[in-house]
Amino acid sequence: MEGGVKAVEFSETAKREIEKILSRYPTKGAALLPVLHLAQEEFGVLTEGVRARVAQVLDLPPAQVEGVVSFYTLFKTQPTGRHVIWLCQTLSCDLAGTRSLLGHLDRRYSLKPGGTTADGRFTLVMAECLGGCGTGPAMMVNWDYHDRLTPERVDEVLEKYR
Amino acid sequence: MEPVLLKRIDIPGMAEIETAVANGAYANLGKGLGMKPADLLELVKASGLRGRGGAGFPTGAKWGFAAGDPKTPRYLVCNADESEPGTFKDRPILERDPHLLLEAMILSGHAIGAEYGYIYIRGEYADAYRILAKAVEQAYEKGFLGNDIQGSGTRFECVVHRGAGAYICGEETALLESIEGRRGQPRNKPPFPANVGLFGKPTVINNVETLANVPFIVERGAEWFKSMGTEKAAGPKLFCVSGRVNKPGVYELAMGTPLRTLIKDVCGGVPGAKRIKAVIPGGVSAAFLGPEDLDVKLDFESVAAAGSMFGSGGVIVLDEDDCIVSATLNIMRFFKHESCGKCTPCREGTYWLYNALHRIEEGGGRPEDLALLLDIADNISGKSCCPLADGAISCVVSSVKKFRAEYERHIREGGCSFAAREAGAAKA
Repeated sequence: MEGGVKAVEFSETAKREIEKILSRYPTKGAALLPVLHLAQEEFGVLTEGVRARVAQVLDLPPAQVEGVVSFYTLFKTQPTGRHVIWLCQTLSCDLAGTRSLLGHLDRRYSLKPGGTTADGRFTLVMAECLGGCGTGPAMMVNWDYHDRLTPERVDEVLEKYR
Repeated sequence: MEPVLLKRIDIPGMAEIETAVANGAYANLGKGLGMKPADLLELVKASGLRGRGGAGFPTGAKWGFAAGDPKTPRYLVCNADESEPGTFKDRPILERDPHLLLEAMILSGHAIGAEYGYIYIRGEYADAYRILAKAVEQAYEKGFLGNDIQGSGTRFECVVHRGAGAYICGEETALLESIEGRRGQPRNKPPFPANVGLFGKPTVINNVETLANVPFIVERGAEWFKSMGTEKAAGPKLFCVSGRVNKPGVYELAMGTPLRTLIKDVCGGVPGAKRIKAVIPGGVSAAFLGPEDLDVKLDFESVAAAGSMFGSGGVIVLDEDDCIVSATLNIMRFFKHESCGKCTPCREGTYWLYNALHRIEEGGGRPEDLALLLDIADNISGKSCCPLADGAISCVVSSVKKFRAEYERHIREGGCSFAAREAGAAKA
């Protein structure tokens, strides 16, 4: 790796998965989003080293990988708490009470949008429409959907994520 | 109307192929794949099916453009990037009847001569992604996907492709960019995807709900399909209702059902019998309707005639205690965040509109701000390469026009006086 970027290596399982992904598309570029998802699962964060390795594995210009990673909200380039709460703030959820949940998360967990709890357990990210409008307010914790939220229900849900 | 698209949705275990087949999934493959592609295409044309993703383009015509292009391979792409705020209608199909979508894609692929299909699903729908990916695997095992589907000689391969969080990827050319591994920025048109689409090949992009109609059209015919809905908008439609109604949810009704019927009869009216202040009829890209518009029929032409857009079927209801400026600000924050940045009017304009709205809501509004809002909107309108920008200004233009007094009150009184905002919670 150039420029002092720490080299990373995919596991053998991940390498086989990448081969499988590549077989589904006529171009290597089309494998970029799936491989970034895989890399994020494997390494947790898409660090500079991970991004460089992805570019190398797919034979893509590093700038393309950088551009794509920064474009999509679900790709992480910075470490977060152990669990990420994506709280929907778009209109239907807002009408259903997102703001009261924000107040609750602040009071109970000292958790503000963009922040992480002192114990590193939760990071709070404000999300735009999650497609849970009919049963809002909705949130995603990691990849799990939770809806019909009230402050009490939020506490119940978060209890499961240690 | 008897349920069509949602008729199997409450059967437990429909994501499993055995259960799905036992309940009628893939039952129309034999008939559909037995038809000549051109005849199948004609059938869908004759049915009057129009796109359910928002634009309402005639599906058969769209198919015809791609099928008529000699370049190969052709691609069929299913748009499952359901991200329009207020819209949650495709999710039940994806999670609870995924084999319906696969059957629909196989048939549609046959009609347009596409042997490859991609389902582009929004990254947040992680459950739906897992369910669909498993359904695809099972469909291969049972010979419903692959080289020679059920001995028909037809080939169809299907891949589920997961997005990574970007509203704009619901725009069809941005979606193609995203599959190809780039930032989701819309392409200039022409050329249209029907001729130069995915990997430069002829491509049809259809919404989940649009495709889901196809097996039933094959089963029961064009006349049956046209017996539902209106003359110009045939068939069943999924409506998703949220906001101030007693029974929010996804409902399948005939095209042309009056908005009042949907809100009052189907969704049980407004909690606390409050007055309706405004309704967004088709996702937040659609202009606000007022209480005077409740008799509008929910179909493409009627909602357009009322000054809004039928859109995705995502209906959001606001009552008399909801602040229209706050709602518009919320919508503009969404668009500011989701503008892809390609076109200057949209990139800069949504940001400026957000700032002006924020100022008004927070008490720093100036009397000239209303003219400013409309001026910015006018300078965005029709000046960007995709429909996001025009969708983004609908809420501003319609709310300033219909609820001008509420904006003026914010400016006069130095901010928002709605109780919901004071409490920091909308649900009393």
